[in-house]
Amino acid sequence: MTLELTATDRPYLPRGVRMHKDRVRGGVVLLAPEKAILLDDIGVAILSRVDGKRQFGEIIADLAQTFQAPSDQIETDVQQFLGGLRARMYLGVTP
Amino acid sequence: MNKPSPIEQPEPAQTKGTVPPPLAMLAELTHRCPLSCPYCSNPLALSGKEGELTTGEWIDVFRQAADIGVLQLHISGGEPASRRDLVELVEGAVQAGLYTNLVTSGIGLTPRRMDELEKVGLEHIQLSLQGTNAELADRIGGYKGGYDRKMQVAAEIAKRGIPLTLNAVMHRHNMDDLERTIEMALELGARRLEVACVQFHGWALKNRAALMPTRQQTDKVKQQVAEAQARLRGVLAFDFVPPDYYADFPKACMGGWGSTGLNITPDGTVLPCHVAQSIPHLEFDNIRQTPLRDIWYDSTAFNAYRGTGWMPEPCTSCERKEIDFGGCRCQALLLAGDANAVDPVCSLSPDHGRIIDILAAEMAGQAPDFTYRKL
Repeated sequence: MTLELTATDRPYLPRGVRMHKDRVRGGVVLLAPEKAILLDDIGVAILSRVDGKRQFGEIIADLAQTFQAPSDQIETDVQQFLGGLRARMYLGVTP
Repeated sequence: MNKPSPIEQPEPAQTKGTVPPPLAMLAELTHRCPLSCPYCSNPLALSGKEGELTTGEWIDVFRQAADIGVLQLHISGGEPASRRDLVELVEGAVQAGLYTNLVTSGIGLTPRRMDELEKVGLEHIQLSLQGTNAELADRIGGYKGGYDRKMQVAAEIAKRGIPLTLNAVMHRHNMDDLERTIEMALELGARRLEVACVQFHGWALKNRAALMPTRQQTDKVKQQVAEAQARLRGVLAFDFVPPDYYADFPKACMGGWGSTGLNITPDGTVLPCHVAQSIPHLEFDNIRQTPLRDIWYDSTAFNAYRGTGWMPEPCTSCERKEIDFGGCRCQALLLAGDANAVDPVCSLSPDHGRIIDILAAEMAGQAPDFTYRKL
């Protein structure tokens, strides 16, 4: 299956996957079944907009505005990041 | 239960020269289990109910673990559902702030208990699979009716939507059923499938000649996993632990000794990995006497094989030294007679011939009967 998100897809973190503030190491980690992934600031910025309500296109527009960056470049990065999570079943998508 | 590394750390929160906080903890609540799998990862000398940590002691360990940085808790056994206080323990773990995973055969998880576990915040279940049909699974698990019960439990898990990993422990008797295993993972609604080929320690070592797969089986399973992984991207995630006797390089046991995870035995002994007690010259501390923080950072057992300083040649000059960390210390002791040696699985080990001899000897005859695990 293709893991690319379309502009109207609504991504969400499925049950059992969540962001967690790491009080010992500092920073934010993504906790998933039997895995913990340390998130960088960009990862946090993306995932904090992933709520199952916002569409992928809206998330890109919001990030492009927030970071004052061209949206096609943002889209490439976010597709790659979310596609990686989706391949590992850490991201769900509602069409 | 059969896994060398409980957690992945893609970007280690680690400064060179210092000891990182632990990420994952395996809590073996009990050695009691209705099954008697011949590859059980518990030690040959199983401990009884009387020595087990109490409810309060476990919950205190969970809090200590969270305080020193543990994020992921794997509640295991034995069969953790054999503990009457399982729900209370999971609740304590969740309240301590740990991501709580239950590693179970499913036996003893009644629908009511599952309701309670869900209510207190259990986040994930790892369900073991002994075989793809009742005849085979019950023979391997040594427990009649276990397979049917497990399928009912799997249905209850799916009904509730609790995230599920199916853990298929594979060996000579079921490795040819991988395709059916993958189908079952999909049918049961699992998100992840662990294809965990038996690693030979403890009970599995006792049964090595009965369990050792052939080279053909091993080659085929690697190919099938790679193909299924590509085909099912975004549908089912895979974790693959290949049979290491056939490998060119050893497994990075625990992702490096004392780097990522720790294990607590039913009586509160704290180990760098679940087999570590097979190394007789190491002394292990107990949570009843010593705080977890001191054990992780300062104990001789956790520092014995930490990092790369202890390594012999050819590891010292090897470019893979921080990839596989010299392999498994227990296996080095077992097969090379020295826990400080290179894991003989490594093709660069001077003792690699031992592996070749063992494989030749164990492939020569008929597979013997199982010696089942017993208390």
